[in-house]
Amino acid sequence: MKTLLLSLSIASCALVFVSAQSPAAQSPAAASDISVVHVQKNVYLLASRTGNVAVQTGDDGVLLVDTGTAPMAQKLFAAIRTLSIKPIHTIVNTHLHGDHTGGNQALVKLGAGGPQPPRVMGHENTYNRMMAAAVEANANTPAAALPMNAYFTPARDFFLNGEAIVLHHAPAAHTDGDTIVHFRGSDVVATGDVFNPDLYPMIDIANGGTVNGTIAALNRILEITVPAKYQEGGTYVVPGHGRICDEAEVVEYRDMVTIVRDRVADLVKKGLSLEQVKAAKPSRDYDGDYGATSGAWTTDMFVEAVYRTINAK
Amino acid sequence: MSVRVAIGIAVVTLWMAAPAGAQVDFTGQWAPLYHEDTIERIPGPELGDYTGLPLSEAGRMRAESWDADRISVVQEYQCRPHSSDYSLRGLAPLRIWADYDPATQRIVAFHTHIGAYENKRTIYLDGRPHPNEYAPHTFQGFSTGVWDGNMLTVTTTHLKENYLRRNGVPRSSKATFTEHWVLHGNYLTITHLVYDPVILTEPLVRSQSWFLDPGQRAGLFPCEYLPEVPADAGTVPHYLPGANPWLKEYAEWYALPLEAARGGAETLYPEYRAKMGAYKPKDKCERFCNCTGFGDCLSPTGGR
Repeated sequence: MKTLLLSLSIASCALVFVSAQSPAAQSPAAASDISVVHVQKNVYLLASRTGNVAVQTGDDGVLLVDTGTAPMAQKLFAAIRTLSIKPIHTIVNTHLHGDHTGGNQALVKLGAGGPQPPRVMGHENTYNRMMAAAVEANANTPAAALPMNAYFTPARDFFLNGEAIVLHHAPAAHTDGDTIVHFRGSDVVATGDVFNPDLYPMIDIANGGTVNGTIAALNRILEITVPAKYQEGGTYVVPGHGRICDEAEVVEYRDMVTIVRDRVADLVKKGLSLEQVKAAKPSRDYDGDYGATSGAWTTDMFVEAVYRTINAK
Repeated sequence: MSVRVAIGIAVVTLWMAAPAGAQVDFTGQWAPLYHEDTIERIPGPELGDYTGLPLSEAGRMRAESWDADRISVVQEYQCRPHSSDYSLRGLAPLRIWADYDPATQRIVAFHTHIGAYENKRTIYLDGRPHPNEYAPHTFQGFSTGVWDGNMLTVTTTHLKENYLRRNGVPRSSKATFTEHWVLHGNYLTITHLVYDPVILTEPLVRSQSWFLDPGQRAGLFPCEYLPEVPADAGTVPHYLPGANPWLKEYAEWYALPLEAARGGAETLYPEYRAKMGAYKPKDKCERFCNCTGFGDCLSPTGGR
């Protein structure tokens, strides 16, 4: 119940992002549909309609990037057990939303068994916002549900399962606490919701997100990734939702966000109001790739978020 | 048993052992023919030429906002290969080889190598399913084939975004395409249909041919990306809507109505000529007048 309360409190704080990611996100039955896909070397993707979880395995234990929603934690753990029988060593929360942190408490409990309980890591802005949301909801928040092992520097690194892992803070992107996880040995980057290949960037203004921060984060990902021959493979990219990608798809996405940002900026410069900008449909050539007219994150909401944060740094 | 009877039994046995379905051997070295859509393919399409493309409004807007500087300023584009649908159009010395099931001697896969970007591709004929929605997309996609008599029909999914035409018209990652491979003696023809729910309003149908050339040797295709143009990090060259100054040249050069040059399904069909009004071709050809192939079509004046 405490976890549920926490999830609900974060949901209320995070506007639409948690409570209505998709119809499937509301249905525990949907959690049974978890696909296990090998990404590269030590890293796997556990994918479902509710979002992605990246899993790193090895002798030291299991590392998870995000934990999905609370209702699917048991099935997520069963999927993890198809990859490793080791205890969970580390959980990294890429940001605060419940479809990425909802399983924290359950998986800390289910995955225990090592010399120390699993640690939950994240940027301190993520911790602060989750804590504030819990306080606001008057929830008695268990520590295991929060990224207590928080960092506040631009990056933090550690070594696990035979490879260096670097957490990069992406300021003011999807939120103000986004973490991009780079598995240096496996050559895989997990981006959280900074990058989703089938959806416009979900810029959560209430939690510090901006369009320029999103573009900066995408450019940071492009600095980290190195393609193999002819711009294919090399560093693989696990997005917050959707298929495994590589640098080429991040480039297309970064270009799209930059172009739409520039168009909105031009319309703002001409003095158009928000409604006039929306009516001009500055993203209409990309709507078939990334847009939606209904659901948790529509094209209109994206254009509005760009408009409202166009001058934010 | 006489020798004649034994031979007869052997022939019948071999005939009965032959696969029930036809299989055509496409293996070999194939040299491309550029007589179809010459200027578009060699030397390459002109800016603003969207003729023959059933573009959606989104597709046209993407094309019109495209700035050719993008493929040099954004260095990730410098070595971006042609995808499997587009590479059929391009610099395409083609090598095909096959895998056989040792138990049945049936072809279970064709592999192709195309000169441009050394594109390698596999077409599975063993009935395997396509990957699920979370599997990576690639420039070559995931291809499976089935026999339809002597014709091989190939379906490709899981494609990355790439070109429909190399003047800014993209093909989205939501697209799939179907190919029909046919042999006519020493000629191979592949007709393919691109289904793109984002960029096109109806399938785009194109065909390409090669001739068998056992002496051909596909060379290497070195490519190294690097900063070519000083620009701020993250710069993405593009034109704002309505601001691209290069879109009318093509129509003017060929005396075409601008609307006809902008593509769209309607412009593909003969009935559209009635809408073109007083269209009158130029009296004398002025551009690419003597193109017959690769060598004499590298400049608008027709020389090498």
